[in-house]
Amino acid sequence: MRVGLFVTCLVDLMRPRIGFATLRLLEAAGCEVVIPAGQTCCGQPAFSAGDRVAAAALAKKVIAEFEGFDYVVVPSGSCADQIRNEYAGLLAAESAWQARAQALSPRVFELTDFLTRVAQVEQLPGTFRGSITYHDSCGGLRHLGIKQQPRQLLARLPGVELREMVGAEDCCGFGGAFSIKFGAISAAIAERKCDKAAATGADAIVGGDLGCLLNIEGKLRRLGDETTRVLHVAEVLAGDC
Amino acid sequence: MQARSRRFKANAAAALANPVLQANLRTSKGKFVDKRATAILELDDFEGTREAARQVRDHVLKDLDLWLERFETTATARGASVLWAKDGAEICRHVADIARRHSVKKVVKSKSMLSEEAGLNQALEAAGIQPVETDLGEYILQINDNEPPSHIIAPVVHKSLDEVADLFERAHKKPRKTDIAELTREAREALRGHFLSADMGISGGNFLIAETGSVALVTNEGNGRMVTTLPRVHVVITGVEKVVPTLDDLSMLMRLLPRSATGQSISNYVSLLTGVKQRDEADGPEHLYFILVDNGRADLVGSEFQDMLRCIRCGACMNHCPVYQTIGGHAYGWVYPGPMGSVLTPLYLGIDQAIDLPQAATLCDQCGVVCPVKIPLPGLLRRLREKQMEKRLRPLMERVALKAWAWVAARPRLYDLATRIGVRYLAWLAGGRDRIGVLAAAPEWTLGRDFPAPEGRTFRELYRQRSATVAK
Repeated sequence: MRVGLFVTCLVDLMRPRIGFATLRLLEAAGCEVVIPAGQTCCGQPAFSAGDRVAAAALAKKVIAEFEGFDYVVVPSGSCADQIRNEYAGLLAAESAWQARAQALSPRVFELTDFLTRVAQVEQLPGTFRGSITYHDSCGGLRHLGIKQQPRQLLARLPGVELREMVGAEDCCGFGGAFSIKFGAISAAIAERKCDKAAATGADAIVGGDLGCLLNIEGKLRRLGDETTRVLHVAEVLAGDC
Repeated sequence: MQARSRRFKANAAAALANPVLQANLRTSKGKFVDKRATAILELDDFEGTREAARQVRDHVLKDLDLWLERFETTATARGASVLWAKDGAEICRHVADIARRHSVKKVVKSKSMLSEEAGLNQALEAAGIQPVETDLGEYILQINDNEPPSHIIAPVVHKSLDEVADLFERAHKKPRKTDIAELTREAREALRGHFLSADMGISGGNFLIAETGSVALVTNEGNGRMVTTLPRVHVVITGVEKVVPTLDDLSMLMRLLPRSATGQSISNYVSLLTGVKQRDEADGPEHLYFILVDNGRADLVGSEFQDMLRCIRCGACMNHCPVYQTIGGHAYGWVYPGPMGSVLTPLYLGIDQAIDLPQAATLCDQCGVVCPVKIPLPGLLRRLREKQMEKRLRPLMERVALKAWAWVAARPRLYDLATRIGVRYLAWLAGGRDRIGVLAAAPEWTLGRDFPAPEGRTFRELYRQRSATVAK
């Protein structure tokens, strides 16, 4: 099957290795992977900021770039949610575009969801050794039902011990632009998340959305925690860390 | 109530800097969230009940005027008077008129958020009438110099036992007590005389039942029953959206309300009050008034914000909100805190009166998931953000930056160049470390945390290089 990889703007900017890990996982799963060169952002920052015009323009761009693939895979629940669940509503005023959004929607998957439910992978290239606590990111959890998928995959790695934290589903306080508009509140919410993760004593906090991970890592380091690793699930599964 | 919602950021900063409040918020969170999670498991089909509740509320809102007329007819037939108030000032006028008509000197009150919307206590005092709050939480706030409530169900959830003990010692001039049972006894002793000497009782109303003309009150302390049965006059003040068609609808909604609010299967008291005292009845008021309030609600009917009128005021959205859990209710600056308040405050007071509130949310949708009547709160917050954008109420810099970013993001070559420069700048700021301590471009981020450094090259650059190498 032919898969279009939507890298996401944050991975492109901040953590290219997550993009390469995703690519490796998809290729290991037997997919023919294409990474459209013109891709930029799914438009969620504009959508959440209340700029529907800008969000709609970027939505059309993504649809045009990705509608030709069998599947679109995204290493982010948040961006996958935006494309899968919001585009059709955003383009409701333009019926042709809305139809294209609706046609694309069911083929858009968050990475771990795709690997478990569509590709149904058995083997994973990763070799992580240590304990992991998983942070459920809001968009993936509540709008795409991403909960067991990453845990199932991580549990396949022989060296991984999963330790659930209390409040794994609690928001980390990132919230996109919220984190820079209300930095003090955002950081205070992140601190609670860090406390809960730390209580597990896990070697690494792992999640599926880079925004949350940057928030958590930034707070951990500011709190003086220099040892707990903060990793994207793709890095762990692909053995890139 | 005087709105302080425009000062949200300063209010929130003060809340974060208050160690007592922070400790109180941490303890209260578990209480509400965990108890609700357990309580909803008692229902065979919680999701199905939510959907049924949504439908009943939507069914009413579709013909709200007709259901209100129906209620007016049935309530009037049972001897009640139905009055309409367009805003808070009109609520105060109605209550003052009723008080004058019945020579009322003292009013005992059970919880009513509408009374907070109207600033009713101040108006009563100005008219020479003594208002006495009898809900324990509201009573505590009243004797603490009329402090505003911080939560719609638990108005003093922001206070610790020690703070209440100090306050009681000061206000009641009795030896300090720290045993909760002893404290409530002291409050009870202070309140009992007021119940017996009051001329009028004022309550809110959780639901109005159109088929019977009744009001349903959901309480835990028993004060509601005294307020509504002991005085000669009972005044119910509630929003026009609170009407439901039948008692069956009420019982269905009651499966959700206490469970969502306090995690109780049922509250200690559920009162269904219908009409004035009849000749063969021992209890009840001689005069019963309903003041049904618009105060911004009618404008929402048929609007893109109509979903908000389904709200049954359980408070689950705030209990589960990461922002509310971190700053408490006072920071929101008006009657309703949390996600509910971030939608209602700008809609009722004016969108420019609460610019920060719709923005002060991570859009995590925990509120939407727990809402018993399925109000899409994050969607409504986003719509309010769109309104702010349309009305050019956002800061110029923010609007320009957003437009510029979106313009560049639509042009891949330019975006490629801009991001290459951007990550190199960030990597330079990090100076070889794995983090940036002060980020001038987004100073709020680094107030309370570091900004992890980027790898230093964009994915697209690295992927192009790799493809080129493979091609060779």
